Amino acid sequence: MYPSRFGYELPKTVEEAVALLDAHGGEAKVLAGGQSLVPMMRLRFAAPEMLIDINGIEALHYNRVDADGTVHIGALCRHEELEDNPAIAKAIPTIAAAAPLVADPIVRTRGTFVGSVCHADPQGDWAATMTALGGHIVAQGPKGKRDIPIADFVIGPFQNTLAFNEIAIEAVIPAPKGVRVGNYLKLERRVGDFATASVAVSLDMKGDTVAYAGIALAGVGGRTINANAAASALVGKKLTAENIASVAAAVAAVAEPRTDHRGSADYKRQIVKTFVERILTGLLNTSQKAA
Amino acid sequence: MTSLYDEVQAAPGAGVPTRRVTIKVNGDDRTVDVEPRLLLAHLLRQGLKLTGTHTGCDTSNCGACTILFDGRPIKSCTMLAVQADGHSLETVEGLASASELHPIQEGFKEEHGLHCGFCTPGMMLAAKALLDKNDNPTEDEVRWALSGNLCRCTGYQNIVKSVLWAAEKMRAESN
Repeated sequence: MYPSRFGYELPKTVEEAVALLDAHGGEAKVLAGGQSLVPMMRLRFAAPEMLIDINGIEALHYNRVDADGTVHIGALCRHEELEDNPAIAKAIPTIAAAAPLVADPIVRTRGTFVGSVCHADPQGDWAATMTALGGHIVAQGPKGKRDIPIADFVIGPFQNTLAFNEIAIEAVIPAPKGVRVGNYLKLERRVGDFATASVAVSLDMKGDTVAYAGIALAGVGGRTINANAAASALVGKKLTAENIASVAAAVAAVAEPRTDHRGSADYKRQIVKTFVERILTGLLNTSQKAA
Repeated sequence: MTSLYDEVQAAPGAGVPTRRVTIKVNGDDRTVDVEPRLLLAHLLRQGLKLTGTHTGCDTSNCGACTILFDGRPIKSCTMLAVQADGHSLETVEGLASASELHPIQEGFKEEHGLHCGFCTPGMMLAAKALLDKNDNPTEDEVRWALSGNLCRCTGYQNIVKSVLWAAEKMRAESN
Protein backbone atom coordinates (compact mmCIF):
# COMPACT_ATOMS: atom_id res chain seq x y z
CA MET A 1 0.00 0.00 0.00
CA TYR A 2 0.90 3.62 -0.40
CA PRO A 3 0.94 6.19 2.38
CA SER A 4 -1.87 8.70 2.19
CA ARG A 5 -0.87 12.08 0.81
CA PHE A 6 1.30 14.30 3.01
CA GLY A 7 3.45 17.40 2.83
CA TYR A 8 7.19 17.23 3.30
CA GLU A 9 9.70 19.59 4.88
CA LEU A 10 13.46 19.21 5.21
CA PRO A 11 14.62 21.63 7.92
CA LYS A 12 18.33 22.30 8.47
CA THR A 13 18.18 23.10 12.19
CA VAL A 14 16.34 21.76 15.23
CA GLU A 15 14.81 25.21 15.81
CA GLU A 16 13.40 25.21 12.29
CA ALA A 17 12.05 21.68 12.77
CA VAL A 18 10.40 22.61 16.08
CA ALA A 19 8.81 25.69 14.49
CA LEU A 20 7.40 23.50 11.71
CA LEU A 21 5.99 21.00 14.22
CA ASP A 22 4.48 23.86 16.21
CA ALA A 23 2.93 25.40 13.11
CA HIS A 24 1.23 22.13 12.17
CA GLY A 25 -0.41 21.69 15.55
CA GLY A 26 -0.17 17.95 16.05
CA GLU A 27 -0.76 16.91 12.45
CA ALA A 28 2.96 16.54 11.69
CA LYS A 29 5.33 13.65 12.41
CA VAL A 30 9.11 13.65 12.63
CA LEU A 31 10.88 11.37 10.15
CA ALA A 32 14.29 10.11 11.29
CA GLY A 33 15.25 6.58 10.19
CA GLY A 34 11.71 5.85 9.05
CA GLN A 35 12.06 2.09 9.57
CA SER A 36 8.90 1.94 11.67
CA LEU A 37 7.11 5.10 10.54
CA VAL A 38 7.23 4.43 6.79
CA PRO A 39 5.85 0.86 7.08
CA MET A 40 3.13 2.19 9.42
CA MET A 41 2.25 4.88 6.90
CA ARG A 42 2.16 2.28 4.14
CA LEU A 43 -0.28 0.22 6.18
CA ARG A 44 -2.11 3.47 7.02
CA PHE A 45 -1.82 2.92 10.74
CA ALA A 46 -0.27 6.38 10.58
CA ALA A 47 -1.42 9.14 8.27
CA PRO A 48 0.31 12.40 9.20
CA GLU A 49 -0.52 15.44 7.10
CA MET A 50 3.05 16.62 7.23
CA LEU A 51 6.42 14.88 7.55
CA ILE A 52 9.29 16.84 9.05
CA ASP A 53 12.39 15.02 7.80
CA ILE A 54 15.22 15.68 10.27
CA ASN A 55 17.82 13.81 8.21
CA GLY A 56 19.15 17.16 6.98
CA ILE A 57 20.09 18.22 10.54
CA GLU A 58 23.65 16.91 10.54
CA ALA A 59 24.21 18.30 14.08
CA LEU A 60 22.03 15.43 15.41
CA HIS A 61 24.25 12.74 13.89
CA TYR A 62 26.61 11.62 16.67
CA ASN A 63 27.29 9.34 19.56
CA ARG A 64 29.90 10.15 22.15
CA VAL A 65 31.21 9.10 25.55
CA ASP A 66 32.20 11.86 28.00
CA ALA A 67 35.30 11.56 30.20
CA ASP A 68 33.10 10.59 33.18
CA GLY A 69 31.37 7.84 31.18
CA THR A 70 28.13 9.67 30.36
CA VAL A 71 26.94 8.61 26.91
CA HIS A 72 25.10 10.86 24.44
CA ILE A 73 23.30 9.42 21.42
CA GLY A 74 22.02 11.97 18.90
CA ALA A 75 18.69 11.60 17.14
CA LEU A 76 20.31 10.59 13.85
CA CYS A 77 22.66 7.94 15.28
CA ARG A 78 21.84 4.80 13.29
CA HIS A 79 21.68 1.37 14.95
CA GLU A 80 24.71 0.17 12.99
CA GLU A 81 26.84 2.99 14.39
CA LEU A 82 26.46 1.39 17.83
CA GLU A 83 27.66 -2.00 16.55
CA ASP A 84 31.40 -2.70 16.51
CA ASN A 85 31.87 0.61 18.33
CA PRO A 86 34.71 0.17 20.88
CA ALA A 87 33.90 3.35 22.86
CA ILE A 88 30.26 2.35 23.26
CA ALA A 89 31.16 -1.28 23.98
CA LYS A 90 33.41 -0.14 26.84
CA ALA A 91 30.95 2.41 28.23
CA ILE A 92 27.72 0.41 27.90
CA PRO A 93 28.11 -3.32 27.25
CA THR A 94 24.32 -3.76 27.13
CA ILE A 95 24.03 -1.46 24.10
CA ALA A 96 26.90 -3.22 22.36
CA ALA A 97 25.19 -6.57 22.96
CA ALA A 98 21.78 -5.39 21.74
CA ALA A 99 22.91 -3.43 18.68
CA PRO A 100 23.54 -6.46 16.42
CA LEU A 101 20.15 -7.91 17.41
CA VAL A 102 17.99 -4.94 16.38
CA ALA A 103 15.86 -5.75 13.32
CA ASP A 104 18.17 -6.90 10.50
CA PRO A 105 21.48 -5.60 9.15
CA ILE A 106 19.88 -3.53 6.39
CA VAL A 107 17.28 -1.89 8.62
CA ARG A 108 20.16 -1.07 11.01
CA THR A 109 21.84 1.16 8.43
CA ARG A 110 18.88 3.58 8.55
CA GLY A 111 16.91 3.10 11.75
CA THR A 112 17.87 5.26 14.72
CA PHE A 113 18.31 4.57 18.43
CA VAL A 114 16.33 7.62 19.55
CA GLY A 115 13.58 6.99 17.00
CA SER A 116 13.19 3.45 18.27
CA VAL A 117 12.87 4.67 21.86
CA CYS A 118 10.25 7.25 20.77
CA HIS A 119 8.32 4.61 18.85
CA ALA A 120 7.92 2.78 22.19
CA ASP A 121 7.08 -0.53 20.59
CA PRO A 122 6.59 -3.14 23.36
CA GLN A 123 8.99 -5.23 21.28
CA GLY A 124 11.58 -2.47 21.02
CA ASP A 125 15.11 -3.35 22.02
CA TRP A 126 16.18 0.22 22.77
CA ALA A 127 13.25 1.25 24.96
CA ALA A 128 14.02 -1.79 27.13
CA THR A 129 17.75 -1.07 27.10
CA MET A 130 17.21 2.59 28.06
CA THR A 131 14.89 1.48 30.86
CA ALA A 132 17.49 -0.92 32.28
CA LEU A 133 20.14 1.79 32.03
CA GLY A 134 17.97 4.47 33.68
CA GLY A 135 18.71 6.98 30.92
CA HIS A 136 16.79 10.05 29.86
CA ILE A 137 15.63 11.73 26.68
CA VAL A 138 16.42 15.33 25.87
CA ALA A 139 13.39 16.95 24.21
CA GLN A 140 13.52 20.30 22.48
CA GLY A 141 10.39 22.40 21.99
CA PRO A 142 9.56 26.04 21.33
CA LYS A 143 10.47 26.98 24.93
CA GLY A 144 13.80 25.17 24.96
CA LYS A 145 15.05 21.81 26.19
CA ARG A 146 13.92 19.50 28.97
CA ASP A 147 15.14 16.15 30.25
CA ILE A 148 12.57 13.35 30.47
CA PRO A 149 13.58 10.25 32.50
CA ILE A 150 12.93 7.13 30.45
CA ALA A 151 10.34 5.83 32.95
CA ASP A 152 8.32 9.01 32.37
CA PHE A 153 8.94 8.94 28.62
CA VAL A 154 7.84 5.47 27.50
CA ILE A 155 4.48 5.19 29.23
CA GLY A 156 2.68 2.53 27.22
CA PRO A 157 2.52 0.75 23.88
CA PHE A 158 3.59 3.22 21.17
CA GLN A 159 3.13 6.05 23.67
CA ASN A 160 5.72 8.59 24.67
CA THR A 161 5.29 11.86 26.52
CA LEU A 162 6.69 14.26 23.93
CA ALA A 163 4.46 17.28 23.33
CA PHE A 164 3.29 17.64 19.73
CA ASN A 165 5.82 20.42 19.16
CA GLU A 166 8.81 18.70 20.77
CA ILE A 167 11.57 16.65 19.16
CA ALA A 168 13.61 14.03 21.02
CA ILE A 169 17.06 15.26 20.06
CA GLU A 170 19.24 13.04 22.23
CA ALA A 171 19.31 10.01 24.51
CA VAL A 172 21.58 10.30 27.54
CA ILE A 173 22.82 7.44 29.68
CA PRO A 174 24.30 8.61 32.98
CA ALA A 175 27.84 7.89 34.12
CA PRO A 176 28.12 4.56 35.96
CA LYS A 177 28.54 4.29 39.73
CA GLY A 178 31.65 2.17 39.36
CA VAL A 179 32.28 -0.23 36.49
CA ARG A 180 29.33 -0.81 34.19
CA VAL A 181 28.74 -4.37 33.00
CA GLY A 182 25.73 -5.92 31.31
CA ASN A 183 24.28 -7.93 28.49
CA TYR A 184 21.25 -8.27 26.24
CA LEU A 185 19.67 -11.53 25.18
CA LYS A 186 16.86 -11.94 22.66
CA LEU A 187 15.06 -15.02 21.44
CA GLU A 188 13.66 -14.64 17.95
CA ARG A 189 12.44 -17.24 15.48
CA ARG A 190 14.42 -15.60 12.73
CA VAL A 191 16.33 -12.36 12.21
CA GLY A 192 13.97 -9.40 11.94
CA ASP A 193 10.99 -11.14 13.52
CA PHE A 194 9.41 -9.78 16.66
CA ALA A 195 11.16 -11.19 19.70
CA THR A 196 9.67 -14.08 21.62
CA ALA A 197 11.36 -12.51 24.66
CA SER A 198 14.23 -10.07 25.24
CA VAL A 199 16.07 -9.21 28.42
CA ALA A 200 18.30 -6.17 29.05
CA VAL A 201 20.51 -6.18 32.13
CA SER A 202 22.92 -3.48 33.26
CA LEU A 203 24.87 -3.42 36.53
CA ASP A 204 27.32 -0.93 38.00
CA MET A 205 29.90 -2.74 40.14
CA LYS A 206 32.03 -1.31 42.92
CA GLY A 207 34.56 -4.08 43.39
CA ASP A 208 32.41 -7.18 43.74
CA THR A 209 29.41 -5.27 45.13
CA VAL A 210 26.49 -4.19 42.99
CA ALA A 211 26.00 -0.39 43.09
CA TYR A 212 23.22 -0.18 40.49
CA ALA A 213 21.06 -2.85 38.89
CA GLY A 214 18.63 -2.31 36.03
CA ILE A 215 16.60 -4.93 34.17
CA ALA A 216 13.94 -4.42 31.52
CA LEU A 217 12.08 -6.74 29.16
CA ALA A 218 10.73 -6.53 25.64
CA GLY A 219 8.28 -8.79 23.86
CA VAL A 220 6.69 -10.13 27.03
CA GLY A 221 3.86 -7.67 27.55
CA GLY A 222 1.76 -4.96 26.02
CA ARG A 223 4.47 -2.43 26.86
CA THR A 224 8.14 -2.25 27.75
CA ILE A 225 8.42 -4.03 31.09
CA ASN A 226 10.38 -2.15 33.73
CA ALA A 227 11.83 -4.70 36.15
CA ASN A 228 14.17 -2.27 37.89
CA ALA A 229 12.36 -2.68 41.22
CA ALA A 230 13.00 -6.44 41.11
CA ALA A 231 16.60 -5.85 40.00
CA SER A 232 17.27 -3.41 42.85
CA ALA A 233 17.30 -6.34 45.30
CA LEU A 234 20.89 -6.85 44.11
CA VAL A 235 22.06 -3.38 45.15
CA GLY A 236 24.58 -3.42 47.99
CA LYS A 237 25.10 -7.16 47.61
CA LYS A 238 27.57 -9.43 45.90
CA LEU A 239 26.42 -11.52 42.97
CA THR A 240 25.87 -15.06 44.19
CA ALA A 241 24.02 -18.03 42.78
CA GLU A 242 21.28 -17.51 45.41
CA ASN A 243 20.85 -13.79 44.65
CA ILE A 244 20.78 -14.50 40.95
CA ALA A 245 18.10 -17.17 41.30
CA SER A 246 15.87 -14.99 43.44
CA VAL A 247 16.18 -11.93 41.16
CA ALA A 248 15.51 -14.07 38.08
CA ALA A 249 12.33 -15.38 39.67
CA ALA A 250 11.26 -11.86 40.71
CA VAL A 251 11.86 -10.48 37.21
CA ALA A 252 9.97 -13.35 35.60
CA ALA A 253 7.06 -12.56 37.93
CA VAL A 254 6.69 -9.00 36.60
CA ALA A 255 6.68 -10.08 32.94
CA GLU A 256 3.25 -9.92 31.32
CA PRO A 257 3.58 -12.44 28.48
CA ARG A 258 0.64 -13.59 26.41
CA THR A 259 0.24 -16.86 24.59
CA ASP A 260 0.59 -16.48 20.83
CA HIS A 261 2.18 -18.26 17.88
CA ARG A 262 5.63 -17.48 19.30
CA GLY A 263 4.97 -19.52 22.42
CA SER A 264 2.82 -19.88 25.49
CA ALA A 265 2.84 -17.32 28.28
CA ASP A 266 4.47 -19.88 30.59
CA TYR A 267 7.17 -20.61 28.06
CA LYS A 268 7.98 -16.91 27.61
CA ARG A 269 8.11 -16.38 31.36
CA GLN A 270 10.52 -19.29 31.62
CA ILE A 271 12.68 -17.72 28.89
CA VAL A 272 12.83 -14.47 30.86
CA LYS A 273 13.92 -16.32 33.99
CA THR A 274 16.53 -18.29 32.07
CA PHE A 275 17.90 -15.20 30.32
CA VAL A 276 18.21 -13.22 33.56
CA GLU A 277 20.03 -16.12 35.19
CA ARG A 278 22.22 -16.64 32.17
CA ILE A 279 23.22 -12.97 31.93
CA LEU A 280 23.89 -12.51 35.65
CA THR A 281 25.77 -15.80 35.91
CA GLY A 282 27.86 -14.75 32.91
CA LEU A 283 28.68 -11.44 34.59
CA LEU A 284 29.57 -13.25 37.84
CA ASN A 285 31.87 -15.68 36.04
CA THR A 286 33.58 -12.86 34.14
CA SER A 287 34.19 -10.87 37.32
CA GLN A 288 35.58 -13.95 39.11
CA LYS A 289 37.95 -14.58 36.21
CA ALA A 290 39.11 -10.96 36.32
CA ALA A 291 39.72 -11.11 40.08
CA MET B 1 -6.45 -4.70 -13.19
CA THR B 2 -4.67 -1.86 -11.44
CA SER B 3 -2.00 -3.05 -9.09
CA LEU B 4 -1.44 -1.37 -5.74
CA TYR B 5 1.78 -0.04 -7.11
CA ASP B 6 0.01 1.90 -9.85
CA GLU B 7 -1.94 3.84 -7.24
CA VAL B 8 0.70 6.53 -7.03
CA GLN B 9 2.26 7.28 -10.36
CA ALA B 10 5.92 8.13 -10.60
CA ALA B 11 4.68 11.09 -12.65
CA PRO B 12 1.92 12.58 -10.46
CA GLY B 13 -1.25 14.15 -11.84
CA ALA B 14 -1.92 17.86 -12.25
CA GLY B 15 -2.34 19.83 -9.03
CA VAL B 16 -0.43 17.35 -6.83
CA PRO B 17 2.43 19.08 -5.00
CA THR B 18 5.81 17.70 -6.00
CA ARG B 19 9.44 18.29 -5.19
CA ARG B 20 12.25 18.33 -7.71
CA VAL B 21 15.04 15.95 -6.73
CA THR B 22 18.37 15.11 -8.30
CA ILE B 23 19.67 11.65 -7.52
CA LYS B 24 22.83 9.98 -8.76
CA VAL B 25 21.77 6.55 -9.95
CA ASN B 26 24.52 4.16 -11.00
CA GLY B 27 26.74 7.16 -11.69
CA ASP B 28 24.28 9.29 -13.69
CA ASP B 29 22.46 12.31 -12.28
CA ARG B 30 18.71 11.96 -12.72
CA THR B 31 16.40 14.89 -12.04
CA VAL B 32 12.74 14.12 -11.47
CA ASP B 33 9.65 15.69 -9.90
CA VAL B 34 8.19 13.40 -7.27
CA GLU B 35 5.23 13.41 -4.96
CA PRO B 36 6.52 13.14 -1.35
CA ARG B 37 4.74 9.82 -0.78
CA LEU B 38 6.41 8.13 -3.74
CA LEU B 39 8.59 5.34 -2.39
CA LEU B 40 12.15 5.14 -3.64
CA ALA B 41 11.67 1.58 -4.91
CA HIS B 42 8.80 2.73 -7.10
CA LEU B 43 10.67 5.75 -8.43
CA LEU B 44 13.38 3.34 -9.54
CA ARG B 45 10.98 0.82 -11.04
CA GLN B 46 8.34 3.04 -12.62
CA GLY B 47 9.91 6.46 -12.96
CA LEU B 48 13.39 5.40 -14.01
CA LYS B 49 12.41 2.01 -15.49
CA LEU B 50 15.09 0.24 -13.46
CA THR B 51 13.01 -2.85 -12.78
CA GLY B 52 15.87 -4.91 -11.37
CA THR B 53 14.97 -3.61 -7.91
CA HIS B 54 12.09 -5.80 -6.74
CA THR B 55 9.35 -5.13 -4.21
CA GLY B 56 8.32 -8.23 -2.32
CA CYS B 57 6.67 -7.73 1.02
CA ASP B 58 5.35 -4.22 1.73
CA THR B 59 6.58 -4.46 5.31
CA SER B 60 10.38 -4.00 5.15
CA ASN B 61 10.94 -7.68 5.84
CA CYS B 62 12.06 -9.31 2.65
CA GLY B 63 14.98 -7.23 1.38
CA ALA B 64 14.20 -7.77 -2.34
CA CYS B 65 14.30 -3.99 -2.78
CA THR B 66 17.77 -3.62 -1.26
CA ILE B 67 19.95 -1.03 -2.99
CA LEU B 68 23.04 0.90 -1.94
CA PHE B 69 22.46 4.44 -0.67
CA ASP B 70 25.75 6.31 -0.46
CA GLY B 71 27.38 2.89 -0.39
CA ARG B 72 25.32 1.40 2.45
CA PRO B 73 22.49 -1.09 1.93
CA ILE B 74 18.94 0.15 2.49
CA LYS B 75 15.47 -1.20 1.81
CA SER B 76 14.26 1.14 -0.92
CA CYS B 77 10.59 0.38 -0.19
CA THR B 78 11.08 1.95 3.24
CA MET B 79 12.54 5.21 2.05
CA LEU B 80 10.78 8.06 0.29
CA ALA B 81 12.10 9.09 -3.10
CA VAL B 82 12.41 12.69 -1.84
CA GLN B 83 14.88 11.49 0.79
CA ALA B 84 17.32 10.45 -1.91
CA ASP B 85 17.75 14.02 -3.16
CA GLY B 86 21.46 14.75 -3.47
CA HIS B 87 22.44 11.17 -2.66
CA SER B 88 24.07 8.44 -4.70
CA LEU B 89 22.34 5.12 -5.39
CA GLU B 90 23.55 1.86 -6.79
CA THR B 91 21.08 -0.73 -8.09
CA VAL B 92 21.60 -4.16 -9.60
CA GLU B 93 21.69 -2.53 -13.03
CA GLY B 94 24.91 -0.81 -11.95
CA LEU B 95 26.76 -4.03 -11.15
CA ALA B 96 27.66 -5.37 -14.59
CA SER B 97 29.67 -3.41 -17.14
CA ALA B 98 28.74 -3.52 -20.82
CA SER B 99 30.98 -6.48 -21.47
CA GLU B 100 31.27 -8.41 -18.24
CA LEU B 101 29.41 -9.48 -15.17
CA HIS B 102 30.35 -8.27 -11.71
CA PRO B 103 32.15 -11.03 -9.75
CA ILE B 104 29.10 -11.27 -7.45
CA GLN B 105 26.88 -11.95 -10.47
CA GLU B 106 29.40 -14.45 -11.76
CA GLY B 107 29.41 -16.12 -8.35
CA PHE B 108 25.62 -16.53 -8.41
CA LYS B 109 25.95 -18.10 -11.86
CA GLU B 110 28.83 -20.41 -10.96
CA GLU B 111 27.38 -21.59 -7.65
CA HIS B 112 23.73 -21.68 -8.71
CA GLY B 113 22.82 -18.97 -6.22
CA LEU B 114 19.31 -18.45 -7.59
CA HIS B 115 16.23 -20.39 -8.56
CA CYS B 116 13.37 -18.00 -9.31
CA GLY B 117 15.59 -14.93 -9.07
CA PHE B 118 13.19 -12.65 -7.25
CA CYS B 119 15.39 -12.07 -4.22
CA THR B 120 18.62 -12.07 -6.23
CA PRO B 121 19.10 -8.33 -6.87
CA GLY B 122 18.65 -7.56 -3.17
CA MET B 123 20.96 -10.43 -2.20
CA MET B 124 23.64 -9.20 -4.57
CA LEU B 125 23.53 -5.61 -3.32
CA ALA B 126 23.59 -6.75 0.33
CA ALA B 127 26.57 -8.95 -0.60
CA LYS B 128 28.29 -6.02 -2.29
CA ALA B 129 27.87 -3.89 0.84
CA LEU B 130 29.54 -6.68 2.85
CA LEU B 131 32.41 -7.26 0.41
CA ASP B 132 33.11 -3.53 0.09
CA LYS B 133 33.83 -3.51 3.84
CA ASN B 134 35.26 -7.00 4.28
CA ASP B 135 36.96 -8.69 1.32
CA ASN B 136 37.52 -11.98 3.16
CA PRO B 137 34.34 -12.80 5.10
CA THR B 138 33.72 -16.07 6.88
CA GLU B 139 30.63 -18.10 6.07
CA ASP B 140 29.07 -16.81 9.30
CA GLU B 141 29.74 -13.22 8.32
CA VAL B 142 28.10 -13.79 4.94
CA ARG B 143 25.04 -15.36 6.57
CA TRP B 144 24.87 -12.49 9.05
CA ALA B 145 25.12 -9.83 6.32
CA LEU B 146 22.36 -11.50 4.30
CA SER B 147 20.07 -12.09 7.25
CA GLY B 148 17.82 -9.19 6.21
CA ASN B 149 17.12 -10.78 2.81
CA LEU B 150 14.63 -13.59 2.38
CA CYS B 151 14.87 -16.35 -0.23
CA ARG B 152 12.04 -18.85 -0.56
CA CYS B 153 13.74 -21.17 -3.06
CA THR B 154 17.34 -21.97 -2.34
CA GLY B 155 17.58 -22.61 1.38
CA TYR B 156 20.45 -20.07 1.22
CA GLN B 157 23.26 -22.63 0.87
CA ASN B 158 24.13 -21.72 -2.69
CA ILE B 159 23.66 -18.01 -2.09
CA VAL B 160 26.27 -18.14 0.65
CA LYS B 161 28.59 -20.16 -1.61
CA SER B 162 28.08 -17.61 -4.39
CA VAL B 163 29.14 -14.72 -2.17
CA LEU B 164 32.19 -16.63 -0.91
CA TRP B 165 33.06 -17.44 -4.53
CA ALA B 166 32.79 -13.74 -5.42
CA ALA B 167 34.92 -12.72 -2.44
CA GLU B 168 37.67 -15.06 -3.56
CA LYS B 169 37.51 -13.83 -7.14
CA MET B 170 37.55 -10.17 -6.05
CA ARG B 171 40.57 -10.80 -3.81
CA ALA B 172 42.39 -12.52 -6.67
CA GLU B 173 41.59 -9.62 -8.99
CA SER B 174 42.80 -6.99 -6.56
CA ASN B 175 46.14 -8.76 -6.06
